[in-house]
Amino acid sequence: MLDRHLPSNGWPSGALTEILTAVEGGGELQLMLPALASLSAAGRRIVWLAPPHLPFAPALAAAGIELRNVAVVRTPRRREVLWVAEQMLRARACHALLLWCRDVRYAELRRLAVAADASHALVALFRPQQTAQAPSPAALRLELRPTADGLELRILKCRGPRSEGPLRLRVDRPVHALDRSSPATSRSRDPVAWLCPA
Amino acid sequence: MFAVEAQAESQGVRAGMELAAAWALAPRLQLRERNSSAERAALEGIAAWLCRFTPAVSLEPPHGMLAEVRGSLRRFGGLRSLVAQIREGIAALGFSARLSAAPSARGAWWLTFGQTQALLEDFSTLRGALERLPIETVCATDEARMLLSRIGIGTVDALLELPRAGVARRLGPELLADLDRALGTAPEPRRFFVPPEHFAAVLELPAEVEHAAGLLFATRRLLLQLEGVLSARQSGIRRFLVVLEHRRLSSSRIEVGLASPGREAERLLGLLRERLSGYTLAAPVEAVRVEADGFVPLAGDTQSLFGGGRTDAETWHRLVERLQARLGEHAVTGLDLNADYRPERAWRPCPPDAAQAARKGVAFGPRPLWLVEPPRALAERNGIPQHDGPLAMLAGPERIESGWWDGAEVRRDYFIARATDAALLWIYRTPGGDWYLHGIFA
Repeated sequence: MLDRHLPSNGWPSGALTEILTAVEGGGELQLMLPALASLSAAGRRIVWLAPPHLPFAPALAAAGIELRNVAVVRTPRRREVLWVAEQMLRARACHALLLWCRDVRYAELRRLAVAADASHALVALFRPQQTAQAPSPAALRLELRPTADGLELRILKCRGPRSEGPLRLRVDRPVHALDRSSPATSRSRDPVAWLCPA
Repeated sequence: MFAVEAQAESQGVRAGMELAAAWALAPRLQLRERNSSAERAALEGIAAWLCRFTPAVSLEPPHGMLAEVRGSLRRFGGLRSLVAQIREGIAALGFSARLSAAPSARGAWWLTFGQTQALLEDFSTLRGALERLPIETVCATDEARMLLSRIGIGTVDALLELPRAGVARRLGPELLADLDRALGTAPEPRRFFVPPEHFAAVLELPAEVEHAAGLLFATRRLLLQLEGVLSARQSGIRRFLVVLEHRRLSSSRIEVGLASPGREAERLLGLLRERLSGYTLAAPVEAVRVEADGFVPLAGDTQSLFGGGRTDAETWHRLVERLQARLGEHAVTGLDLNADYRPERAWRPCPPDAAQAARKGVAFGPRPLWLVEPPRALAERNGIPQHDGPLAMLAGPERIESGWWDGAEVRRDYFIARATDAALLWIYRTPGGDWYLHGIFA
């Protein structure tokens, strides 16, 4: 659904994408799951670099991501995050690199963008929405804001034609999944943990 | 005097001088006593390194060695190229060498005493080259040398013209036997050097080193020796130890691990470089020691095997290994499922690429993409949990009650809640009524 609105008809690979989020927990990862699932199913490696929390394996597996092709790199130091990203991209070691880094200087972003351009990977840098005003060399810049039933997405920058105004997307949220599953089936499947809609 | 530095030599001091004569020429001469065990260790270190070119290396103590290279010529690009590689390598180890080559071992050894470097590949030129050598070269004893000089024999060709029977009677049969071995008319069995199945070598630094980066150059020499030992034994290692010796403090130990067995010095050095990148020395370093054991079989020369190109898996392993060397062993992991209802135990870290299939998981309701570990306590106001404002419950409770058997029992009611900023959170309530944030539906 988002694909139609992106000039590259999907997440661009071999380029830096910046995802600016106003809120943690607005479906910002959910948005990427279809792409990640198809990459990992094709045997492509996905690297999570310096994630702010623990990527939860059961949720990744439930989304169709092949865990064998997932690697997590943790480092508390900002400089190391950028160093690892560059090493990863230069070695062409992954097809998707998701990284989190709050404070990045323009020169560092520039290096990252150059490394991403020279790679074949989908490179997604997650940053707080407050950095939207700062200049960025990213090929694609998205700003995300959760709404009651989905996400509002604004394309700040992209290569090629751009659609005007914000897009409203309905992304698959856990509450929707709850609506579909009946408490009875949950309980029979699983005697220890069960679930019912509020 | 056994060896003389350039500065002393400029004042007239020569090797072989009596001590008193040397003092007279250079009153400020500094003397170092010979350390025969260190010399032996250095010799064996070079021999071990030389084993990378041929398995047939034999020692000629105190400061020589012989290597049978005929079988290696083609692989290393011919005799001249091989000699150049050996000369360069020995320089990298911090030594200098006189090199010569001949079709017989003793011939090659004697030629190193000649005036110019001789690289001979066949017997036709060997005799002529040996004949020009001064007589001292071939005489094992001073007695024989003095006897020959008394009768006016100064070079090998003059010696060869003497009747054999007379030489054997006057100088002993050994000299003739040596000459025959040098000329290739008699065989010379040699005992080959076998490097041990562990490695320990130390390098005293010329001056104390205060910064970690300054250690790499010295350590490289030791790692080149290690590579030689490993190739001679057709082995690789999974880890090695670098010990930094300080003057007053006890030594520092740096252990470096490899993702897959290896032996190339440049790879080991690269890993050490990453380890040292964030490393602060406890004190200036006086000496570096490298130790390795636990050799594992590793066939062939991987570089020539893959022609310089590497497989994707190998590239990835090398990268992981470098990241781990720099960031710590647990900085790079894979994620795997674990059959447990407790969220914090429903996953486990595993080596990258080693996750098993998804079969082992247990089925349950919606799970957040982020797990907040450890769970974060939430305040409660008017019976409503707070996270930047009151949370609205969208779904729940999902009761998770498990772990009574292993002492980490949990009993929690999980809810999906919406924060005022529309973020979806995964929270739970304990039987005591406390609220915790355990996940984020990112």
